[in-house]
Amino acid sequence: MKIFVCVKQVPAVEKIKIDPKTNCLIRKGIPSMINPMDKNAIELAVQLKETHNAETIGLTMGPPQAEEVLRQALAMGIDEAYLLTDSKFAGADTLATSYTLSLAIKKILKQKKVEEDYLIICGNQAIDGETGQTGPELAEELGIPQITYVENFQLQGKKAIIERSFISEEVVVIETKLPLLLSVVRDLNDPKYPTMAGIVNAYHKEITHWNATDLSADKKKIGLPGSRIIVWNLFSPERKGELTLLEGTPEKISKELCDYLQKDKVL
Amino acid sequence: MSQNQGVMVVGEHFKNEIQDVVYELLGKGRKLADTLNVNLSIVFLGSDLDKKLEDLGSYGVDEVIYVKSPVFRDYYSDLYVDTLIDTIQERKPEILLIAATPTGRDFAPRISKRLNVGLTADCTQLEIEEGSRTLLQTCPTYGGNLMATMKAIDSYPQMSTVACGIFEPVRIPNKKAEIIIIKKDIKKEDSVSKILKSIEKEKQTVNLSEAEVVVAGGRGLGSKENFKMIEELAEVLNGEIAGSRVPVELGWMEKERQIGQTGAIVSPKLYIACGISGAIQHLVGMENSDVIVAINKDPNASIFEVAHYGIVGDVNKIIPELIKELKKRNE
Repeated sequence: MKIFVCVKQVPAVEKIKIDPKTNCLIRKGIPSMINPMDKNAIELAVQLKETHNAETIGLTMGPPQAEEVLRQALAMGIDEAYLLTDSKFAGADTLATSYTLSLAIKKILKQKKVEEDYLIICGNQAIDGETGQTGPELAEELGIPQITYVENFQLQGKKAIIERSFISEEVVVIETKLPLLLSVVRDLNDPKYPTMAGIVNAYHKEITHWNATDLSADKKKIGLPGSRIIVWNLFSPERKGELTLLEGTPEKISKELCDYLQKDKVL
Repeated sequence: MSQNQGVMVVGEHFKNEIQDVVYELLGKGRKLADTLNVNLSIVFLGSDLDKKLEDLGSYGVDEVIYVKSPVFRDYYSDLYVDTLIDTIQERKPEILLIAATPTGRDFAPRISKRLNVGLTADCTQLEIEEGSRTLLQTCPTYGGNLMATMKAIDSYPQMSTVACGIFEPVRIPNKKAEIIIIKKDIKKEDSVSKILKSIEKEKQTVNLSEAEVVVAGGRGLGSKENFKMIEELAEVLNGEIAGSRVPVELGWMEKERQIGQTGAIVSPKLYIACGISGAIQHLVGMENSDVIVAINKDPNASIFEVAHYGIVGDVNKIIPELIKELKKRNE
């Protein structure tokens, strides 16, 4: 069995701000990291690798520095990694991204002579765009079923048993089969930290780089030309109410605060 | 110019119980339809909805399309997508609104891909651009740090999943909707998946979302001992205690009281954040509270960016005084 894990490099979102003068995103000096739910996806892949003798493959689309998240995936126990990188991929919405990822997966499946015995695992959503769309769109592109919001996953032979939350009060248990795409949430597992040996090992592995030509991509389906959604405007959310700072001794502050809260009718 | 016309809402139900968000989507849908001077329709895939659809007209809808089959009591991703695509291609709406629930966010991207049309997620503002018929779709992004307005280019319908609890329903008494019933012979065996069972989640013993006052503690309290102070403060205020991720990890508080992205989302009348720095993961869980009080020794803590009353100081010195003052006023 082959297990693909799709990961994404995201900025530390709490530091993202807009330059009030230029109205542009300030990118300089913002640290980046692996999307948190993608770590749950990697953890599941690594667990299945041990129990089902599977080969695990990490995949990301992004600029050259996105190699960092693939190194992290390798350190956590993923076997091999592919970086899809090309300036032609820039500006992609989820439709263009899922198309690009699908080409790489098809190419790897062909190389490894696998037809049906595979699983794709994604984090349910990324903390930057928060759409949760790339996974299901990738499944649609490949013509395979998907289960999103996965909280529990068991593989029994060819049968996959999945627990998925629909609404807050209920979990549904679903049986389906491979090939299959899963979008997993944080409740699925607790990702382990990479071991020292894992980190060292990760830096010795080669990461395959593929560009649009390597993937024989249709130019009209990648990057900005392949996208149907454009960002028209970015702005800072409005602050709800002003901040009143209370100063002085704890006694004075407490009295003042209670006065304000009584005036606001919340006491 | 597209030949698509009309605003369509996908009606979400859970085992044939219509979800509240449907009325919110109809409220927004009605306004968009009026601006564009077109009809508002809603499509339901259900098995036992007949009676429940009768008063939908009074929520502003012109036309109800009810695709009926026993299989649609439950949600089968693949059957749902196939059936909805048939309806969309037949009716050709220019705008399609879907609730941003785990169900809506499961089928919407597949439809978007199959039709090769754009899709935006979790929108909180929807407006028609002046001088065109383009839907401006705005949603929070980067963990709510920014808002992004997006539009679809040359792709119809313009599809959005819409955040729950944002838009207001409209009421138009005596308005009647036309109900079109389409019976389908779809079997659950037609799906690639089988639903084995549904498990009701254990009822939560604490219900933070209904508390009027929430007193939350964070790392700044320093110890489990000090954390007990906020219990006393919550008691005086007749509220519930809660906290950020750190007190859970340090074992000061049970997990079900965690507020934020991975915990509960609350919007009480009064939220007092004690020693919480305000990581974005926490802020998304409480920033809609009516009045937010923040006590923190770091004047640059992010919690002050959402707070209405800020106290820069030692939480362990301020809380005891605050308790004293509140007790005095309670007498």
